[in-house]
Amino acid sequence: MHIINFDRAGGRSPAMGAPYESTRNNARIRGGRGFRAKKFDAITAVDNVDLNIKKGEVFALLGASGCGKTTLLRLLAGFEIPTDGQIVIDGEDMQSIQPYNRPVNMMFQSYALFPHMNVSKNIAFGLKQDRVPRAKIKQRVDELLELVHMKELFNRFPHQLSGGQRQRVALARSLAKSPKLLLLDEPMAALDKKLREQMQLEVVNIIESVGVTCVMVTHDQEEAMTMATRIGVMHDGKLLQTGTPHKVYEYPNCRRTAEFIGTVNTFSGTVIENSADHVIIDAPELNREIYVDHGISGSVGTDIWVAVRPEKMTIDTTPPSGEYNHARGVVEEIAYVGGLSIYHVKTQSGMIIRVTLANVDRLAEGRITWDDEVYLSWQPGAAVVLTW
Amino acid sequence: MTVIGIPFIWLLLFLVFPFAIVFKISFAEMAIARPPFTELFAYAEEKLSVMLNVGNYLFLFKDKLYLSAYLSSLKMAAGATFLALLVGYPLAYGIARAHPGIRNLLLLGIVLPYWTSFLLRIYAWIGILKTNGLINNLLLKLGIIDTPLHMLHTDFAVYVGIVYAYLPFMVLPLYTNLVKLDESYLEAAADLGAKPWKTFLFVTLPLSKGGIIAGSMLVFIPAVGEFVIPALLGGPDTLMIGKVLWEEFFNNRDWPVASAVAIAMLLLLIIPMMWFHKHQTQEMVES
Repeated sequence: MHIINFDRAGGRSPAMGAPYESTRNNARIRGGRGFRAKKFDAITAVDNVDLNIKKGEVFALLGASGCGKTTLLRLLAGFEIPTDGQIVIDGEDMQSIQPYNRPVNMMFQSYALFPHMNVSKNIAFGLKQDRVPRAKIKQRVDELLELVHMKELFNRFPHQLSGGQRQRVALARSLAKSPKLLLLDEPMAALDKKLREQMQLEVVNIIESVGVTCVMVTHDQEEAMTMATRIGVMHDGKLLQTGTPHKVYEYPNCRRTAEFIGTVNTFSGTVIENSADHVIIDAPELNREIYVDHGISGSVGTDIWVAVRPEKMTIDTTPPSGEYNHARGVVEEIAYVGGLSIYHVKTQSGMIIRVTLANVDRLAEGRITWDDEVYLSWQPGAAVVLTW
Repeated sequence: MTVIGIPFIWLLLFLVFPFAIVFKISFAEMAIARPPFTELFAYAEEKLSVMLNVGNYLFLFKDKLYLSAYLSSLKMAAGATFLALLVGYPLAYGIARAHPGIRNLLLLGIVLPYWTSFLLRIYAWIGILKTNGLINNLLLKLGIIDTPLHMLHTDFAVYVGIVYAYLPFMVLPLYTNLVKLDESYLEAAADLGAKPWKTFLFVTLPLSKGGIIAGSMLVFIPAVGEFVIPALLGGPDTLMIGKVLWEEFFNNRDWPVASAVAIAMLLLLIIPMMWFHKHQTQEMVES
């Protein structure tokens, strides 16, 4: 059993001074085979998820809608009851604990600010439930108003606030009780793009300054990568991969992760040579073999996939030297997005390969353009071999 | 123009004209004639004389009966409204929280009895409440009471009748309000540590204020002037302005005083109606 020592714990932690067996884990979700939400009787919304959230980290559950990430969040909050498995927060099994008794607070996607209460009363609501003395509540509310820069607007009602301001209040409200675990449900979904980028950094700064452990849910991979210290990619109720944004992006462990996080070119192929320091893969879509500079666990003859990120390819009009890792094609489409241009190159086999090119020069002259015949190539270390 | 005009014609035909007629009669004098009141205008010898009799209104203040009937009506209507709220709120809440597939069925259950005759349903209550009625027979059989309870022809029976008769007017506005209540507010309250009853008290109840007011007004306003229920279920002591009005019109055949009673009742009801209207517009502006 794990009991976690909290230096900055909420009201429900064990009394200070008691002997702790301390680990770094804050929340632990251990899924049995049918670890699923009660609400969906026939469908397994969350399946066999085994997850440890470390104290103080911002963990993002990332996945397309319907992948079970929100159900997982609601399981943590206590709005859904797992049919199987276990949720442990700070060493305490949450199975029979009602939402109102959990040391967990959530910022809702819609914010769910009480429309009949002003900003201060919204923030104070949770503290009032715990019968905190009035003077203490006022002090804490002022502290939080300061933290989220809403001091002047304490008297406003939710309908008198802008989207960003509402989010600040919602965040302050969910931090008011110093929860052991903060849950953010699609935190930026209600904001427009410009405001979103600003609030992503602001929310992370606030969360880090408070030091609260946080689990967030999002379908936006950029948001997850900007805000989280660790990401868990979910699909069909299963956790595909967990790791730092860098790890998940550069070393995806399966095709789904590779394709969901960023864009990627995936070539199917067969291993024709496998040694400790390299693999050679026959890729019919390229009419050429792929050379990867590390060995893999599969044997010769297994079907695998090779993933190369668009920014790791180079595009040129002259044929590259060497016999591996390049492809010939014709420029079909160019998407100019300012800082980058995205080239869609059609190979002889009919496959479309995407390559991005940073627009370092302002002049457009001499750039590769539509219908040019081009050669794509990449370094042996740029490709990732995926086995499923 | 016609679209705006139709409601105005409606108002003119069914509210302003009848009101004007009643208003006119309230200033007449009783007469043994057909109709049984004097004319206000008389033209004779090139003189137009207008006879306005304010005595009917003064009479309302002189005779204690009217004031106490007004107050008693307000009191009974308020009491019945409160009881209807107590009964109607859990009903509306239950339906709003029921599975969407059966909500309409449950609503139909509330409304269905009202497709039969109003009078019939009030008569049915006589059968339920009377000395050898359903309730008394049941309680006697079960041995809970030895002598039958006197329920019919009491104020209690009137309360029962009004609550029963106006319950849908309480349930429907409450339901439309509660069904719109975003569940995430309730989850947010629970998440912040509020036990279910506190969530109800501090979140659900304040947020359903609009439905409570609308339902209460829809019950209170007609209940004040209710005549049939106190006449059939009430006792000789049951004092309600609707009953007084009826007796004035048909027993005393004093149309002018009866009209004055009606006008005074309307003026009395305008106050809560104005307040209700103000609240509604305010709510509309906020949302």
